[in-house]
Amino acid sequence: MPETNYDQEMAFFVDMQRCIGCHACEMACAECETNGQESMIHVNYVNRAVSVQTTVQVCMHCENPACANVCPADAIHQDDFGVVHSSNTSRCIGCSNCVLACPFGVPKKMEEAELMMKCNMCYDRTSAGKKPMCATVCPSQALYYGTREEIERMRPNSVPVNSFKFGNQEVKTKVSIMMPKGTHQLVIA
Amino acid sequence: MAKLPVSVDQIIEKYGPHKAYAPKAGFYGSHEPDKLVKTHCCYCGMQCGIQLKVKDNKIAGFEPWMEFPFNEGRLCPKGVERYLQNNHPDRLLDPIARVEGKGFEPVTWDYAMNKTISEIERIQAKYGRDAFAMLSGVSLTNEKSYMIGKFARVALKTANLDYNGRLCMVSAGGGNKKAFGLDRSSNSWADLAHAEVIIVAGANISETFPTLTHYIWQARDNGAKLIVVDPRVIPLARTADLHLPIRPGGDSALFAAMLKILVDNDWLDHDFIESYTSGFQETIDAVKDYDLDWAEEHTGIPKQKILEAATLWGKAKTSFLLHARGIEHHTKGVENVLSCINLVLATGRIGKPYCGYGTITGQGNGQGGREHGHKCDQLPGNRDITNPEHRQYIAEVWGIDEKDMPGKGLTAYEQIEAIHRGEIKGLISICFNPLVSLPNNNFVREALEKLEFYICIDSFLSETARHADIVLAGSLHEEEEGTVTTAEGRVVKINEAITPPGNARRDGQILMELAKRLGVENKFNYATSEDIFNELRVASKGGTADYFGITYQKVVDNMGIFWPCPSLDHPGTPRLWEDRKFKTPDGKAHFNPVRYRPASEVTDKDYPVVLTTGRVVSQYLSGTSTRRIGKLVDQYPEPLLEIHPKLAFQYGIKDRDLITVKTRRGEAEFPAQVVETIRADTVFIPYHWGGVHAANQLTIGNLDPISKIPEFKVCACQLIPTGKVASALTTKNAYQSGV
Repeated sequence: MPETNYDQEMAFFVDMQRCIGCHACEMACAECETNGQESMIHVNYVNRAVSVQTTVQVCMHCENPACANVCPADAIHQDDFGVVHSSNTSRCIGCSNCVLACPFGVPKKMEEAELMMKCNMCYDRTSAGKKPMCATVCPSQALYYGTREEIERMRPNSVPVNSFKFGNQEVKTKVSIMMPKGTHQLVIA
Repeated sequence: MAKLPVSVDQIIEKYGPHKAYAPKAGFYGSHEPDKLVKTHCCYCGMQCGIQLKVKDNKIAGFEPWMEFPFNEGRLCPKGVERYLQNNHPDRLLDPIARVEGKGFEPVTWDYAMNKTISEIERIQAKYGRDAFAMLSGVSLTNEKSYMIGKFARVALKTANLDYNGRLCMVSAGGGNKKAFGLDRSSNSWADLAHAEVIIVAGANISETFPTLTHYIWQARDNGAKLIVVDPRVIPLARTADLHLPIRPGGDSALFAAMLKILVDNDWLDHDFIESYTSGFQETIDAVKDYDLDWAEEHTGIPKQKILEAATLWGKAKTSFLLHARGIEHHTKGVENVLSCINLVLATGRIGKPYCGYGTITGQGNGQGGREHGHKCDQLPGNRDITNPEHRQYIAEVWGIDEKDMPGKGLTAYEQIEAIHRGEIKGLISICFNPLVSLPNNNFVREALEKLEFYICIDSFLSETARHADIVLAGSLHEEEEGTVTTAEGRVVKINEAITPPGNARRDGQILMELAKRLGVENKFNYATSEDIFNELRVASKGGTADYFGITYQKVVDNMGIFWPCPSLDHPGTPRLWEDRKFKTPDGKAHFNPVRYRPASEVTDKDYPVVLTTGRVVSQYLSGTSTRRIGKLVDQYPEPLLEIHPKLAFQYGIKDRDLITVKTRRGEAEFPAQVVETIRADTVFIPYHWGGVHAANQLTIGNLDPISKIPEFKVCACQLIPTGKVASALTTKNAYQSGV
C-alpha cells in the first residue's frame, strides 16, 4: 500500500432525507479512473408509484467487514484508516461470496471482468486530503464528508448513527447514516 | 426554403443526436491534463463553478472547483457530464449548407457568409428590413447578448430581435419592473440561511436548480419552515412542512387568498407599507371577497393548508419567497408574480438580512442576457427602446444616429406567428431551438417551412437547425471568454478553455464577420471579449442594470460581483433595497391589485384533464446538448405521462400503457407512469424532446398580455388509451426526436 495522508478526523455521512434522486453522485463516481465509467454508488427509488423518495447506497466500510471475512482469495483489504478497498484484481476470483455476505448489498460483480468492484471511498482523493467525488458534488449534501463535530453543529435535528442490527448480526461501520435525534442504532428485524 | 432537405432519419444518421459516453479509461489526458480551467457550468442560472481539464486543446474531464462560493464543488448530473460536448461526434466542424435531396454539405466560410449576406440583402430589399428577424438565446454570455442586441439594430437594422428568455423569465421581469422598477432577484442565496419561512412556488428546485437545494436544506437545519406550492410532490416537496398541491392555473387565487388572511389578522408591516409602498388599499380591496372557501374552490388546495401557509408566513420575522416557471408560464404570469410580491410587501420583509424574494432564473445567463438589449423592446442597461432619452444615449455609445435605430419589434412567439402569416421572410437564429421549446410546435414547424431563408448559428444541428439553409458552426460555452450573470445577480467569469474544433468559429467572431460584410465593421471592432464587456459597461451606465463599476479583474478577484455596481470603487449589491429606495418613478415599491382569472384554456367535457409540462433533472431545456450525452439520456430516456392512480383507474390505464394525449393543437403518444405524486385532475409531461415525443405538440400558444410568455403550464387535454404497452424501441430512440 502506498503511503497515505488521510485526515483522521474526516468521516462520511449519508442523509437519505436530503437525497433528491438526481444521480450526480453516480455520474461523478464513474469518472474515477479506476472505475471504468461504472458507478460504485447507487441511487434507487424506494417505490416510485407512491413517492419520489430515493435511497443512496454507498459502501459503509464496516469495522469488521463481512465481505473481506468471507473472501476465499483474501482479495479485500481494509487499510489502517478503516477503508475497505475494492477487490485486488490479481487475487479476486469472481466467486461473489462478498456480494452475498454484505448486509448492505454493496459489492457488485462486474460480469464482463469476472471481478468484484466496490467503493473504496475515493482512496486516491481521500488519502490525499480531498473529499470523495460523490460527497463533493452531491448538490443536496445528502452525502457529506467532514468531521463529526461539523455535522453535529450544522445539522442539529439529526444524529449520525453507525451501528446496525440485521437480525442477530450487529455491524459497526465507518460511514454513518443521519437519523432522527435520539436514535442510537438502526435495527432491521 | 426552410423545409428538410432529406428525411429526418437521414439527417439524424449524420448529425445525431447520438449518445456520447466517456471512454472506459477516461479521455486521453484526463489523468494528466495540460491545465485546469476555472469556469462555470453551461446550463442553469446557478452557474456553478467548475474546473475543466484540458489536454491538447480538448476537454478531457472535470475537477470540482471547491473555492467558488456558491457551490463549493457541488454539481448536478448535468454539470458532471457537461464536459462531454467538446469531443462529441455530432459537433459541427464546418459551416454546412442545405442541398435539396442530399441533406447538408460542408461549405467554406466564404461561401456561407456570401450566401448569408446576399439573402439578407435580397429579403430586406424586397420585403423591408423588418422582414428579416433574429432569434437569440440566453445561454450566451453577456458579451454575446450585448453584441447581438447591437448587431440586430446596427447591422441587420431590424426591429425584430427577440430571445428565448421569452419562454423563461419575462413574467418575473414584468412583475419586478412594475413592483420595484428593476428586474433582479432581490437577494443573494445567502439570505436563505436564516429565513424562518421559505415559500417555493412553481419551482422544481431539486430537478432544475439542484445545487440550490443545499441552501434550502441548510435553512431547514436552522429551523426554517418550508412551504412548497406545486401540483406534484416534487423531490423538494416530499419532506416539506407544507405542500400545497395547487391545480395548475390557481396561483393568483392562492396568493390573493393568503393576502386576505394577512389583512384579516393584521399580519402586516404598517410602517413599511405607509412609508415605502403605494397601491396598498386598491390591492387589498381586490382580494376582500377571496375567503377560504373561494380559495379552496379555485386552487384545489384544502383550505386548512392555505390557512396554515398564510399563518406561517404572517407570523414569521424573516422569510424568503422563491418562484420560477411554474407560476410564470401562464397567460397571467405577470399577475401571479405580482400576487407573490404583494405578500412580500405586505409583511415588509425585504431589504433586510434573511428577508428575501426572487425569481429563480432558468437559463445560464437568463439574468444578464435579459438586461443588455437582447429583447425586442430593450436597450442595454435594461433601458427602454421606446424611451427617447434611452435611445439617444445608446445611439451615442454605438456611434449611430438615433433615427437609424429600429423601434420595438415582435416578441419570440409573435415572430413565429408573423413568419406563419408571411410577414417575416428571413430568420437568423443562435442558441434557440424553438421547434422543441415553443408551444404548439406543429404551428412552429409550419412557420419555419414558410421562411425563404433561414440561417442558424449553433454547435450542434438542433431540431430547428435541421430546417436551415445555412448552419454556421459556432462555439460552445468553454470555447469563448466572457461573463454571465447568475440567478442571484452575480456577474461571473467564463473562461475560454479551448478553441473551437475543426473549422468551427467563436460565435463572437461569426457575428463580427457578418457585421463587417453588412458594412458596419467599424462598429464591431473588438479584439477581445473584454473589449465588448467594456463597451457594455458604458452602455449600461446609468441604466437600472448598471455594470459600469464591474471589470473582468474585479470579477475574478472577488469570484463575482453583484450588480448594480455603478462605479469602480463600488463593491456591488448582493442584497437590494436596504436603502428602501425603489427604482419606480415615485421611488416606492408598488402593490398591484390582482384579481383572479382563469387560464386561457380550461377543462370541459371534451378535454376534461389538465395538462401541465416541465423538466427532469437529467435534461436541460430543448436538449440540444443534453440529449447527446449518453448517461443523461439513459437516466430518463423518454417523456412519460405522469398520472395519478385515481385518474388512471377511470381510464383503465396501467403503468407503461401507451396513451394518446390529445389537445386542440395536436396529439401524441406517451407511456403512462402511474404515480401518487401528482394531483388526480392533472397530468404532467416533460418537454425536452422533439418530433413525435414532443410535449409541445400539445401546449397552447396563448400569451401573457404583458410579458408575452406562452401558457406552457396549463391547457386541457383528452386521454385515449391505445390498448398498447409502450415498447422498448420508442424508449430507445426518443432522444433523437425522430418522426
